[in-house]
Amino acid sequence: MQAIKQRYQFLFGSTKGLVLVAIAMISLETVFFGMLSGPMAELGIREPWVRLTGMQLHPAEREGRIIMLYHTIAMAVVAIEVYFITALVKMKREQQTNINAMVTVGYLVSMIFGMWFAYFGRNFIYHGLFIFGQSLVFFAGVMLAAALWPWNKAYYVRDTAYAHTRSGLDLERLAFFVMTVATLGSSIFGAVAGANFGNGFEVFLAEDVVREPHKSPLDLAVIGHLHIMLTLIAVALALIIGRWVDFKGRLHKWAMPAMIIGTVIVTLGVWAVVPFESIAHIIINVGSVFMLGASFLLIAFTWRQQIRLGLAKRGVSRAEAGFGQKLAALLHDPLPFGATWQMLFMNFVVTAVGVYMAINLDDVIREWPWREERITLTGHWHILAGIIGTIILLYYGDLAGLKGRVRQWFGWTIIIASDIAFAAVTLFSTKRLFVRESAQQPLVNWTMWLTDAGLFLVLVVLGALMAWRLIDLFKARGRWREEMAESTLQSLVKEVEP
Amino acid sequence: MKPLQRLFLVLVMLILAACSSSPQNQSPPLVVDTGIDPNRWSLIPAGEFLYGQHEEEVNIEYDYEMMVTHVTNAQFATFLNLALADGAIKWGEDGLVGYYPGDVFDGYDHEREIKAGDWLLFPVGDPDVRIVEQNGVFAASPGYEDHPAIMVTWFGARAFCAYYGWRLPTEREWEKAARGVDGRAFPWGDEIAKNNANFYNSRDPFEPNGGLGDTTPVGFYNGKQYAGYQTQNSPSPYGLYDMAGNVWQWTADDYKDTHLRYLRGGSRGDYDYNLRVWTRNSASPDYYSITVGFRCARG
Repeated sequence: MQAIKQRYQFLFGSTKGLVLVAIAMISLETVFFGMLSGPMAELGIREPWVRLTGMQLHPAEREGRIIMLYHTIAMAVVAIEVYFITALVKMKREQQTNINAMVTVGYLVSMIFGMWFAYFGRNFIYHGLFIFGQSLVFFAGVMLAAALWPWNKAYYVRDTAYAHTRSGLDLERLAFFVMTVATLGSSIFGAVAGANFGNGFEVFLAEDVVREPHKSPLDLAVIGHLHIMLTLIAVALALIIGRWVDFKGRLHKWAMPAMIIGTVIVTLGVWAVVPFESIAHIIINVGSVFMLGASFLLIAFTWRQQIRLGLAKRGVSRAEAGFGQKLAALLHDPLPFGATWQMLFMNFVVTAVGVYMAINLDDVIREWPWREERITLTGHWHILAGIIGTIILLYYGDLAGLKGRVRQWFGWTIIIASDIAFAAVTLFSTKRLFVRESAQQPLVNWTMWLTDAGLFLVLVVLGALMAWRLIDLFKARGRWREEMAESTLQSLVKEVEP
Repeated sequence: MKPLQRLFLVLVMLILAACSSSPQNQSPPLVVDTGIDPNRWSLIPAGEFLYGQHEEEVNIEYDYEMMVTHVTNAQFATFLNLALADGAIKWGEDGLVGYYPGDVFDGYDHEREIKAGDWLLFPVGDPDVRIVEQNGVFAASPGYEDHPAIMVTWFGARAFCAYYGWRLPTEREWEKAARGVDGRAFPWGDEIAKNNANFYNSRDPFEPNGGLGDTTPVGFYNGKQYAGYQTQNSPSPYGLYDMAGNVWQWTADDYKDTHLRYLRGGSRGDYDYNLRVWTRNSASPDYYSITVGFRCARG
């Protein structure tokens, strides 16, 4: 009994345990429902899986199921980010405990009952619990915003290496606060449409209505909601990675104001989609420049830091080091390098494609049938979501204490395999630029093969990590015990801090 | 060679191999007799039906008829010969063209401007067409006579129907003909199996290697067995075949502020969920493709 209690305390009472549970839940959900995906259908696995599990898949409910699936995964990702933030940003211990508890119950209730409702028969109690779970996640966000209140003098900066105002206001804390408030507002933006379900709003996937010349305000709210939520999840992650690498100095002082301004402008631009659709994109593009600028500064800081650390490890001074040595130093630790490389890589496979599509919308994209445009759109945001997932995994690899060769294999496999997959998806989704429809099959086959192989390798690494952590839980003096001890120590520090 | 270098080399070779293109297989296809007459029409009676994914109650106040199958290559070749002979269509730069009076243009964001004038109907000579011209006479490529006519623009589909005094079906007419009045998701019911229709990786005899494959003869999925391949009888409630899969079907509607034309039914290039009767596709009216065809309505 004591052993179970201790494991429970680790899994639900420590940051690393909570993150582990959330990653495990996402992994299980991905594996379980991934069996319904295109490749699994082609391999003939989907139908037996549906029969085995007793899923009820009415064709008319497909879009609703997918939306609920995305939401439950997003809730777990948000929970992971909340755990990171409550651990990395100063706040009272009871605030951390309450926020983590609320968001944990929220995403678990939402995930379990949401998926039950969506895939195993309609029971509106389950749907109610799905909504209730999301509401708990929302209220955890309200509590997080309160805990992050940046004008609390106790949290003003003491180390001037970090971005701050003249009065000492911590600009990084302000960036976290602004992101949290923007996320809360943006979730309401989507919830309003959901609350009107059946009264002017019907389920749809955003990519299915892109060519409708006239969209209702609720349609626009949903489209805005999904874009801004994914953007803010990415902003939160950039801020978290900044804390991880101890982002500070001159670049930090430029990056934090840029991130705050960018977050505010982009959020307001997205909210403006409903009343001022024609100018909303201009506002969003302006804000995006600030956001991207801030992330480039984070990348620059991290890479310089990694070069410095790598050279120091090899005993080479920076002044004497050649390009090759600097490059080797930059790549010496795939986890922090990979997290920031993925941010940069995102610009090639997401931003560049998005910009190309925007510029050539009428002349190229709208010359294609809608199905082709849809493939490009879904590829675009699946890649962004996938990149966010890999960055979280790379950070978790560090938190889990991976060292030596395991750290190298874990990091490089995720970076290389996922980037091959994302590049292949990009090529696949824009194939009409390079190849005729009648000659597309070889390109489709190879890009799909590379995508599946890349994602499979990432899942193998993730599976190995999860298996290791599961086995570890059965050990009396496993890694989990060390992590729980660390967590207890951090909690004590939080108690003595203001 | 180091393992990483070897991996890189293999990847480069794979990508190069993937980028090499070859036109679709032009060798004669498997020839089968489906027994379904492409000249048959089916009556769809007036009345209410459930329209769209969210089952809006819609009333069509008149009886109308629709072709039981897609227009075939043989039918379209006959049309080209007749229409060219009597001057209804003519040769243009990229193929055969015909006059279209144009759509009202309002200058709306992303609205396509379709001016009055001659528009491409059919890109004669394109390597993907299944109708060949010899000495000024058009004929279906051998073995493809009863396959659906492809590579026909919306203007071409409209011209074909108009030539015989018919028209393209509206989206609503098309959907009622496909699903009847009981709100089903596919023409034959609520479930789809690989032998119900020709879709991506459905592994029919015309798709030996999976993937996009080839078109199937019209009315192929009628419960018959062909060379050991058993199909399910999959007509719509009104007896129309191939209302899901094989090739998309142009519909008539011209919507204000866009002027894209809408396609229904899904195709051999799409996953099964795109074959649901309410799924819409859209393209510019001058678009043509190996996965796009049509059928006509009258009444």
